[in-house]
Amino acid sequence: MEAQSLPAALALVAGGGAGLSPERQAALGASLPLVQRDYRFERVWFWGCIQGVRGAYYIAEGLGPDRAAPRSRLYSLNCLDWSLLTPATKEMLALAEQVKGRFQGDPSFEYSLSEINAEAAARLMESGKEPVMKEEARLIATVELIDREVGIVPRGAFVKTPLGSVYENRHFEGLSLVEAKKLSSYFHFTEPVNLKNKTLLEKADLDPSTDFLDSLEHDIPRGSWSIQLEKGGTVVVLRSLLWLGLTFYHVPMTKQFGYVYFGTGEKNLDLPFML
Amino acid sequence: MDQSLGLDSSQEPESADPQDAYERGHGPYQPHEPGYGLDHPGYSPYEDEIPDPQARMLAIKNAKAYLLKTSTKSGLNLYDHFANILTKILDEQPTNTVDIIENISKDVKWAQFRKKMDTLRDEHSIPPTFEAAEKYKALFVKEGGEEEPDDLEDEMGQPSLPNVMETAFYFEQAGIGLNKDESYYIFLALKNLINIRPIQTCRFWGKILGLEMNYIIAEVQLQEGEEDEDIGEEGEEVLGEGEKEGEAEEEDEQKEKEAEPPKSTYKPPPEIPKEENGTGTNKYIYFVCNEPGTPWVKLPPVTPAQIVCARKIKKFFTGRLDAPVVSFPPFPGNEANYLRAQIARISAGTHVSPTGFYQFANEDDEEDEGADTYEENPEFEPPPVAEMVESLATWAHHVKGILKQGRCVWINPSQKSEEDEDDEEEEEEEGEEQQEERGPALLTLISEDEGMKDIPAWTAQASTDLIPRYSVAILQSNRWPGAYAFASGRKFENIYFGWGHKYSPESHTPALPPPVQAEFPSGPGITETVDPTVEEEMAFKAAQEDALAETEEEEDEEGEDD
Repeated sequence: MEAQSLPAALALVAGGGAGLSPERQAALGASLPLVQRDYRFERVWFWGCIQGVRGAYYIAEGLGPDRAAPRSRLYSLNCLDWSLLTPATKEMLALAEQVKGRFQGDPSFEYSLSEINAEAAARLMESGKEPVMKEEARLIATVELIDREVGIVPRGAFVKTPLGSVYENRHFEGLSLVEAKKLSSYFHFTEPVNLKNKTLLEKADLDPSTDFLDSLEHDIPRGSWSIQLEKGGTVVVLRSLLWLGLTFYHVPMTKQFGYVYFGTGEKNLDLPFML
Repeated sequence: MDQSLGLDSSQEPESADPQDAYERGHGPYQPHEPGYGLDHPGYSPYEDEIPDPQARMLAIKNAKAYLLKTSTKSGLNLYDHFANILTKILDEQPTNTVDIIENISKDVKWAQFRKKMDTLRDEHSIPPTFEAAEKYKALFVKEGGEEEPDDLEDEMGQPSLPNVMETAFYFEQAGIGLNKDESYYIFLALKNLINIRPIQTCRFWGKILGLEMNYIIAEVQLQEGEEDEDIGEEGEEVLGEGEKEGEAEEEDEQKEKEAEPPKSTYKPPPEIPKEENGTGTNKYIYFVCNEPGTPWVKLPPVTPAQIVCARKIKKFFTGRLDAPVVSFPPFPGNEANYLRAQIARISAGTHVSPTGFYQFANEDDEEDEGADTYEENPEFEPPPVAEMVESLATWAHHVKGILKQGRCVWINPSQKSEEDEDDEEEEEEEGEEQQEERGPALLTLISEDEGMKDIPAWTAQASTDLIPRYSVAILQSNRWPGAYAFASGRKFENIYFGWGHKYSPESHTPALPPPVQAEFPSGPGITETVDPTVEEEMAFKAAQEDALAETEEEEDEEGEDD
């Protein structure tokens, strides 16, 4: 969610019971503009909070002129001092998917890889490094996975220019109430995977400036999103069931939307049994 | 804009629009004026008076005719469309126009259509927003004024409305809770509930999220003697876990004796009776509603079978109480029962209070069975917040844990079966002697809760490190993510916000179906053989007679020898 609209947005997302204390909100209000100034971001998004056993990680994302470019991520333990995270690599992502259990809350905690993945451990030992995975790497990978799999935006909120860069659509006035209830009106805000598999007929209906992302309709498993109209339809809230804790809100017919993650940072692999 | 005389020869029109030239101070240059030739060629309004080749004029006319061509699909033409766009741009003067020109074009086109279909659209959708707003407004209606000032004095059995806003404030210090509007609506809805039903104590238990709708749950104790009769769930199904025992095979042998198929001697394992209302898992009664403003629905009491089954399945709630729960093992009930079972488990697992706040009613019997009642300790001294955060021994459960049987107090099921004695000769016992189960005593400290692998069962934090004087001790449960408790001085409270599932480090593995039942072992006694045919019987008989004749001959021979 946009850092500037943080208080209003948190009020809309609070239906799930998770939020920020006044102290943290105030700290964010002070530190996020400074982050924007120091790193020269055009936009700063408060991504959310991953709850560890002993502490919590607060994550923020910074966006440059091209909104669809890979975002820089920062984390903080107290919402005041932010540290930049390195971009995720494929090995990190692969390893993080296998690490199970809660986050500890300590960025230097090390997961012993020999239990998790003996091959990776062996490879690391050969190259002379420790066969461990640091919690910071797991954090980077988890945030990247969550963004890729369940980071969503409404249709029409972003436009793609012919040169390829993506901007906010200044003419976006919000989805109508009818559209807001449909899964097809929301897109994954990441590199599209299914777009090229569409038939020519479907592609003809798409508008290349706004329909350049995957929609939620064909997410597997079906039913992995819960759409609810809260407050009598003034807010539409989507909650992901794959990553429990990711909440997306949108006020229909206005420009307000955003998503935030408040959770333990674990994928819900039991989803097929629970539906 | 320069208002000077047209003699200023460095003046050039800034806008390419020929119309602007009229609006500026100096008009078009006359041929005799010095600045004449400096106009941009082609932009002067006297273009067509300047002698031009014929072809150029024709080309312009053709171009204009082409622009004026009406589209067959929409009835617009490009010339008017451009004129409208330019008018709009000049009216609104947006920044970076060239970047958004396509969108402006689209908007102009939309504007054309909207006018035509406007009247039709208005009638269609009455947004549910307004209905919900009506419901919320109804919450604010104050009761009819008869009861007003008298109720301020404490009467017997006066229901106590919990101060939801105060609790919400404390939880908000930890970042937990709903937004203030929703908390206030819940506050008002609880007040309504108290007015409708005869309630003694009432508490906001929490909110459970569902796929289509959420549940808001109130924990209530009805006034004594006022229990409703609508228990509802008489049809308690028995879990079909019983495997056929040895007695079933004996029926095969009896088949030959009796004409009809023998009755099954299978007796299902005896039902474990549910606990009485007011004790154990059914100590409190729960009311739920989907949103504040919708009517409160009472949840039926929970049975041990439902709790045992709820431990084995993991399902999302849909938000409709009558939805079926499709699972294996099959859940005996619908979503209302599943919800009630999960509420019971969460309460038993996560309701805590500062140690010493509650004490046993009688100091003597602190055994498991007797200690179901507790009362507030008037001499309780709240430890400082720092101590409550550091040591988990300062917190204690005040709800009895649920045993494996599904009850809080163990009951021996075979005692009940004596009443079910049939006149069967053989009455087989259930095999294993059921061990009496003992659970943790009532006011155990939570430091004795086991963690999972290396994760402790509880995480304690102070709400703020910067202002320790006013911080609040916050407990989060790791076994039931979403269960929180706070303590500050003498005030404490528990609450739950979540999906209603327990945390397990391993993935959920559903129960396997029971193994295929073994057949009776084949033996010589029951192996079937083919009945001999008539020829075979004759042949056998002939062979026997031959053998008999032979032995007679031998005997005769022997007899002759003598």
